[in-house]
Amino acid sequence: MTVNKPLAGEKAVPSKRRAVLLAACAATLAVTVSACSGAASDKTTTKDGFAQAAQTDGAVTVWVDATRLPAAKQYQELHPEVKLDIVSYDGDANGSNYLQTKVQLFNRTGKGWPDVVFSSQNNEASWAVDAGFAAPLDKGLIPADTLGQFAKGANDVCTVNGTVYCLRNDLSQAVLWYNAPLMKQFGYTVPKTWEEYQQLGEKVAAEHPGYLVGDAGDSFTPEIYLWASKCEANHITGPKAVTANTSGENCTKMAKLMDGLIKNKSMSITGVFSTDFAKNEADKVLLMPGPAWYGGAVFKDTLKTPDKTIGAAPIPQWQGDTAPSTGNVGGGTWLLSQHSTHLKAATDFLKWVTTDNAYQGEKAPGFPAYAPAAENWLKAQAASGYFAGDLGALKDASSQVWPGWGSGQFSQEAIWAATVKPGLTQGQTIESLLPAWQDSIVKHAESFGYKVSK
Amino acid sequence: MTATVSSVSSGRRPRGVGRSWAGPAFVAGYVLLLIAFGVLPIGYAIYFAFTDAGGTFTGFSNFVTTAQDFRFVDALGHVALYLLFWLLSLVVFVVGLALLLHRVSVGRVSQALRFLYYIPGALAGAASVLVWLFMLDPTVSPVSSLLEDLGFDTFGQVIAPDNLPVLFTVIAFWTGAGGWIVVMYGALNNIPSDVLEAARIDGAGAWQTAWHVQIPMLRKWIVYMVILAFAGGAQLFVEPQLLSLASVGVAGRDYSLNQLTYAFAFQMNNINGAAAVSMELLVVSVSVAGVFVARSRFFDAD
Repeated sequence: MTVNKPLAGEKAVPSKRRAVLLAACAATLAVTVSACSGAASDKTTTKDGFAQAAQTDGAVTVWVDATRLPAAKQYQELHPEVKLDIVSYDGDANGSNYLQTKVQLFNRTGKGWPDVVFSSQNNEASWAVDAGFAAPLDKGLIPADTLGQFAKGANDVCTVNGTVYCLRNDLSQAVLWYNAPLMKQFGYTVPKTWEEYQQLGEKVAAEHPGYLVGDAGDSFTPEIYLWASKCEANHITGPKAVTANTSGENCTKMAKLMDGLIKNKSMSITGVFSTDFAKNEADKVLLMPGPAWYGGAVFKDTLKTPDKTIGAAPIPQWQGDTAPSTGNVGGGTWLLSQHSTHLKAATDFLKWVTTDNAYQGEKAPGFPAYAPAAENWLKAQAASGYFAGDLGALKDASSQVWPGWGSGQFSQEAIWAATVKPGLTQGQTIESLLPAWQDSIVKHAESFGYKVSK
Repeated sequence: MTATVSSVSSGRRPRGVGRSWAGPAFVAGYVLLLIAFGVLPIGYAIYFAFTDAGGTFTGFSNFVTTAQDFRFVDALGHVALYLLFWLLSLVVFVVGLALLLHRVSVGRVSQALRFLYYIPGALAGAASVLVWLFMLDPTVSPVSSLLEDLGFDTFGQVIAPDNLPVLFTVIAFWTGAGGWIVVMYGALNNIPSDVLEAARIDGAGAWQTAWHVQIPMLRKWIVYMVILAFAGGAQLFVEPQLLSLASVGVAGRDYSLNQLTYAFAFQMNNINGAAAVSMELLVVSVSVAGVFVARSRFFDAD
């Protein structure tokens, strides 16, 4: 009992404790509330088509991926007077959604947005406009004559309701990459049609087993093969409308072609960036349909293919077609934040990084979307002496991208990776997985509020 | 007894003032952090779960919308299966290994084993998952021959959807079980030696001693472990998320409920839906903890 008896003077303590506790709660609440309601209440001016924050002199924050880091550094070297805060992030590679995640948080806290950001994903504008992040660029920030010199259709992925909200960094039109010395050694010619491509694959399997005519192991596989075949799996027909029909002949005939080559092992299913591929198949690539950036990122950097080995030919076309149709595998975009308080400097950086020859024309690893820079880039590639032959096929392909495949808010790559890839690994055919693929596209599109036609 | 306590108490009386503040002072910091990072966020999440983006009360509509999402049932099933594997393996192996450790408690061997068990826990969650990404890739794994013997030639085959519950269990066990083994070992050491001595004199072998004496006396620790492991396991996120990134989406970006919550919040801009799923996880975890605590008389004094 003695233990439980309150000590003298303790009576007053509970009220003090309560006061301390209340004060602590109030302080915590105040901190939380102030953090949540820290939205900028600065004066805004409507100009260039959007409400601009009050402009200041601080550093321009630029978010880039590892590949674009040299671009930002080069700009800094050439413009030492500009205060640049370069932040390296994953560039949303593989649809990581890092930028979107962060912007949602910045929108809540009311601060933190980068001024300019690079993304390797083509569908950033589709959410960044809804999120109030991307600034319109064709309402005064970027001159019309500059916008007019981007390759035809290059900024389609950046255009929402007729307004341009980002600038395309590079085009990712697919071509048929080939190993010129090996083709010569084996006595093969580069196929011009998908039928010839299939026959060559069968021949390679029989005569040179182990060698490859393609790879179907990446999440962007449908964009290389099925898009090129004009498969209507991802036809964005309006701001919130999509047609997803994988049962059409254009889908099934390409699926069958791939299944045959996967079965005879002339087409790999491991993925060009996987450790398996780099270790076991790097020197087995005879042919490889793939985007423009395969030249540098895959053959030169990842697979370490020697100089004067890899050439680019037009992507095959189906017999009866008048010209090839090609897919488009990524191609980065640059976005400018509506919330930027250094719009002039940020816009200058954006313009430089997408159009200036110093980077795009000479150093960029991919085919520039800005046509004058692309001309220069092709000359620089020819002068570098890495490729076998010229890269004219890339230039031709830049206007051959089939327009029936769009960039919606849902990630086609993620859907393919989760739906089709595991089945492929377990020995199922692409043709048998087409219905499941369509089903998954429909469900994902609907969950983002798309009206889906089949 | 009262007299003894009184004498002890009166013996400490000179430090009475300190005593009256020591307890609350020790607890205050914790309580403050609990309020700031536990209670307030939960309150905030409850507010979100029952309102829409404009702050209007919407009843249970966020719960209904998220439960009707095409990924919800799958994610629920994945988490349930994982919890089954994870909790079973935890109880069986942790208790088993702790008993084994206690059995071989001869100086250096015991110390070395305890150290070995504890090492994986020293790696932070994400880092330990990254270690496993290398372990599971036959091309670079130090145990590639073992993987090949099991029929796995590529990373894609290893991370086939059917293998995921087992893989996540192995990763989670390797990361977290070592700490629990050390805790159980400590609890085993607390069992009075005369109790074990009595069991031995009564003719109990190692198995009988473990089953009839040691495990019943570990009951509360096992319950404690299960409660925490359930709450942690239900929030499965890091393992599938990193595996998903490493496999470029093959392992699924919406495998677990927490990943689905993340998708709702940051990809679909539906914070309210995300809060609703979080609430469900909280309610389930607290209910399971409540059942375990009640049935095991966890807070009863011995």
